[in-house]
Amino acid sequence: MKKKEAQNTDTRSGAQCVVDGLEHAGCEVVFGYPGGTVLDIFNVLCLSPVHFILSRHEQGAVHMADGYARATGKPGVCLVTSGPGATNTVTGLATAHMDGIPMVCISGQVALSAIGNDAFQEADIIGITRAVTKHNTLVRSADEIPAAIAEAFYIATSGKPGPVLIDIPKDVQRQLTAARPPASVSLRSYNPSAVIAPEALAALAEAINRSERPVLYVGGGAISANASGPLTALARKANIPVTTTLMGLGAFPEDDPLALRMLGMHGSAVANLAVSACDLLISLGARFDDRVTGKIAEFAPRAKIAHIDIDPSAIGKSVRVDFPIRGDAREAAEGLLPLVRPAAHAAWLAELDAIKQRYPLKYNHSDTVLQPMFVLEEIDRLRKGQGIIVTDVGQHQMWATQFIRHVQPRSFISSGGLGTMGFGLPAAIGAQLARPGELVVAICGDGGIQMNAQELVVAVEHNIPVKTIILNNGHLGMVRQWQQMFYGKRYSAVVLGSSNRPVNERIRHDTAPVYRPDFVKLAEAHGMRAARVTWPAEVASTLERAFADPHPWVIECIVDPDANVFPMVPPGAAVSAMIVD
Amino acid sequence: MKHIITALVENKPGVLARIVGLISGRGYNIETLNVGPTQDPAISKMTLVVPGDDHVLEQVTLQVGKLVDVISVTDVTGARHLDRELILVEIATDSVAQRAEILELTTRFQAAIAGETQRSVSLQMVGSSDVVSDFMLLLKPYTILDLSRSGQIAVARAES
Repeated sequence: MKKKEAQNTDTRSGAQCVVDGLEHAGCEVVFGYPGGTVLDIFNVLCLSPVHFILSRHEQGAVHMADGYARATGKPGVCLVTSGPGATNTVTGLATAHMDGIPMVCISGQVALSAIGNDAFQEADIIGITRAVTKHNTLVRSADEIPAAIAEAFYIATSGKPGPVLIDIPKDVQRQLTAARPPASVSLRSYNPSAVIAPEALAALAEAINRSERPVLYVGGGAISANASGPLTALARKANIPVTTTLMGLGAFPEDDPLALRMLGMHGSAVANLAVSACDLLISLGARFDDRVTGKIAEFAPRAKIAHIDIDPSAIGKSVRVDFPIRGDAREAAEGLLPLVRPAAHAAWLAELDAIKQRYPLKYNHSDTVLQPMFVLEEIDRLRKGQGIIVTDVGQHQMWATQFIRHVQPRSFISSGGLGTMGFGLPAAIGAQLARPGELVVAICGDGGIQMNAQELVVAVEHNIPVKTIILNNGHLGMVRQWQQMFYGKRYSAVVLGSSNRPVNERIRHDTAPVYRPDFVKLAEAHGMRAARVTWPAEVASTLERAFADPHPWVIECIVDPDANVFPMVPPGAAVSAMIVD
Repeated sequence: MKHIITALVENKPGVLARIVGLISGRGYNIETLNVGPTQDPAISKMTLVVPGDDHVLEQVTLQVGKLVDVISVTDVTGARHLDRELILVEIATDSVAQRAEILELTTRFQAAIAGETQRSVSLQMVGSSDVVSDFMLLLKPYTILDLSRSGQIAVARAES
């Protein structure tokens, strides 16, 4: 019956249905890498208006899709082959999963009849990615493809967003079907939205109105819900100081006097002390991560806690919650706005201002030794509040939270939950593709850039004008900092230059110490413009030249290898026990 | 404490693996697990018995509920519910006296004889987890040749 119907109408291949499904979902860019089990999809993809970006490693493709999604709120899409192609996406999927980033990943699979036979390039990617995706599914018939793709986009973008993987066997891509994308998607087992109970909001508003020392604690959920506007209005109406998590940076403008900036392990002193002293902590789209709370028993010890989150399983996971509210961050902020009375909170704000004065962010500026913080300050000065800052993971990431003022949402892109080194460059490429007219600066360490440096060529061949700043301190700096502070200065496996390597690495000392690779030559080998900065006085002019140029750049800054990130809450300690310098 | 968690799920491949993965990924051992179709063949019902920390299992239950193919999930431990478990057991009988003892136990526990040979007797028994445990305890002195437990199944009951 089905077959006859199919012959009578317009039939097309499963592979064509994949491409049609992507177009139907509004996908404009696909990142990926071909291979044996996705040949049929690539065979029709090249005829589609969808822009295809060929990464040089599947991990790069997933991080590009991730950066694209973070910069826009639209789902990032990637397409990879079976086996190693699919397994190479795992780190990227886990990165997106931890941070709640919408993504659709399509992987090829060996033919249905070969599954389970240890066929060439076979991997049980459904089993492997189960814990790092919001949802995944193996498609068993071409008839299922249009609905599977529509559902994947719906699941990826609704509720708490996340990555969805669709695994499509090669023979299924070659089957013919008359199936078409559904007009709308709803799943009886999946209810991503929640109506916020008015009485819960009223109770919280009453608590805010009674509070003398309130703090808003804002996370990535506020950015994915586009809640910046109402939350900023709410904070200003009742003079509530605001601290953000790493994922929440930019949700509230840091040039506002109410901004306490980031909290947590490398947060500002005032943010951590405010949380420790507040009487009401209003969490909006944040999840009380261990890097935020430190010793959980001493987190916000004097406060009633309100937790607003779209994910019901996040509420009450780490801390006891007095006002649990399941719902969208934007709807919650909009709902609270008329219920909250204007308040001055003058004594509380004065107290916090005094702490800000006492513990300013600082570093020892030098005219001869380039400090990484100075480079970041110069980047921030020259970008004039515009553009997107993307980071890799490590010390430079924390300095980028501290020495750059984050004033707009979706303008700070960083791997928060998973802490994925190698994220920065490909994510910046994805972000720049999404927002072509804007300045996109990728800030990387010399360790992280080497984890996905192969993607430099992608920026060059598409002329994606990302400015990649490598803060080269010759070390895996954050690990070195922990070894210095907590492991008796025994430096193990953290030196990247040729000298002072630990004995067990059995590396011959060069007569003249060298650093390999030469990042300027590496960039030039990819056809990219590049410069090396060693003196503080060269920073501004080099950045200005690169920022004004419509091509991608690498700027390597040789920075002080001994610089550390402060303040720091020692691991496992209460946030109030932070080390200021 | 032991938690009895019931879930209605889409009757699709991979759903069981996701739920089991969520629980085992946190280092919790699933003591029993039962899955079967409901009156709607597209929906399956699972009953899991998981011993563990109340707070952690509350989180696990919420996270199971978040899975795309899970329609609903309930920890029925503290709520009004009925639960039963079926066991099938084959016991060696060395003497007439022993056989008589076992048959007496069978009557007392409203179990049934499911099969007999000259040297063994097979019983089926249904009961709540406490009764099943008592029955197992009383079988301990005998030689158990084979034993299968279905795992608990549970239904919620309306408040009376």
